Amino acid sequence: MLETATAPKRTPFHPRHVALGAKMVPFAGHEMPIQYEGILTEHRTVRSGVGVFDVSHMGEIRLQGPGAAAYANRLVTNEAGNLPGGKVVYTPMCLETGGIIDDLLVYASGPDRLLVVNASNFEKDIAWIRRHAPADVTVVDENAQTAQLAVQGPRAEAVVARLYGDRARALGFYEAFEEGAGDDWTLVSRTGYTGEDGFEIYVRARRALDLWDRVFEAGKSEGIRPIGLGARDTLRLEMGYCLYGNDIDETTNPLEAGLGWTVRWEKQDFIGLDALRRVKEAGVNRRLLGLVLEEDRIARAGCEVRFDEKPVGRVTSGSMGISVGRPVAMAYLAGDAAKPGARVEVITRGTSAPAAVTSRPIYRNGSVKSPKPRSPK
Amino acid sequence: MNVPKSLHYTKEHEWIRVEGDEVIVGVTDYAQGELGDVIFVELPAPGTKVAQMKAFGTIDAVKTVSDLFAPVGGEVTAVNTELKENPALVNQSPYDKGWMVRIRVANPKEIDTLLNAGAYEKHLGAHA
Repeated sequence: MLETATAPKRTPFHPRHVALGAKMVPFAGHEMPIQYEGILTEHRTVRSGVGVFDVSHMGEIRLQGPGAAAYANRLVTNEAGNLPGGKVVYTPMCLETGGIIDDLLVYASGPDRLLVVNASNFEKDIAWIRRHAPADVTVVDENAQTAQLAVQGPRAEAVVARLYGDRARALGFYEAFEEGAGDDWTLVSRTGYTGEDGFEIYVRARRALDLWDRVFEAGKSEGIRPIGLGARDTLRLEMGYCLYGNDIDETTNPLEAGLGWTVRWEKQDFIGLDALRRVKEAGVNRRLLGLVLEEDRIARAGCEVRFDEKPVGRVTSGSMGISVGRPVAMAYLAGDAAKPGARVEVITRGTSAPAAVTSRPIYRNGSVKSPKPRSPK
Repeated sequence: MNVPKSLHYTKEHEWIRVEGDEVIVGVTDYAQGELGDVIFVELPAPGTKVAQMKAFGTIDAVKTVSDLFAPVGGEVTAVNTELKENPALVNQSPYDKGWMVRIRVANPKEIDTLLNAGAYEKHLGAHA
């Protein structure tokens, strides 16, 4: 992909970040807050209370028309066709090779399907989706007109229920409702990327600042705080959630990435099915697993992992496991190292550090209702 | 941005305070702000010889790792062992409780090659 030389885009919440003194960084073509008070504090706020993330950089693509549901189902590995209204599904979208183009959420928005994709992949994704679209599907770019806040933490329900009432409280994990139309359209979704209970709220960009102010007003008594992308990364890493570009990409497939639960083999056809069947039959030769390091040094992406003094893989993401209390990482591991409980060595800057291999999530005390959102059969 | 007048600085954002034939070394307020929350500071053992502007340790912050460069050459005579238990001192008190090592200076002329507070502030201005 060509990098565009244009200045990073600002989200509609930009004035609030500046007013709060956020440290802004370029991220996936957007100018985003990486931290406000500090990653440690912000991480703990989300684990114990409630925090708000601007996630407006995420990309929204709407599929409309009589073929929308069937086409969504063909694009992704999980069930995205036969869904009750308001159902949300997490799923990879694969190449014919089984390599992952992106991981995304699919919303059953009446007869439409709303896809929410990674900012870094938006242009690639929409080109792919347009290229394969049948005649009875219209692909609508809703990215610029959509703003999104994630309200996350064990106190999130109290805050969101103050704004949206019992309807929000009644949502199960990976369920959503929409209300209003035109400028007043709102989508409230019980989803997140933190391992805590939480909601993602989508509105039209011109209503964004109003949403921000209402969320903070409603959360005042819960001690609500703004949270940057730095803590978003440490929170998701402890949960073993994949970050596209680090842990998954076009050279990795959902089976080795531990996303086999998102592959619906019973679906007659989806892009990548044949390749994934072959992978399944042959068996995966590496698995994406968690690591908990025994020393204080942090393993970073790219660090080699050794088992019995032989290289068995590389770290794909690594940081401080702030709630785990140890540095944590994810790595693709092969052979006997690819088993929870195995002891490996991580080579960080020339020094060998012992680590224990773990299943994902690495952190297991989150308030999220299920670590793996499953779509209904 | 806090840049104490009494210290000497490197362009890599270390500071030194001269005490007799030794210097105390740390990282600047600007550096700790750019790094974010410090998680782990790796320092050499006392007795280690260090050379000017060679890496002598590392700082792990949540998002990034950064080398520490020796502002002057010499022998490490003490390290701040408090940082092992409480690396956040680097963020909270970069010029005092967050100090890293003491170095017995081999060649005092190296101190003259460092930036004074005004020059460091100017460097920050160009940097930002």
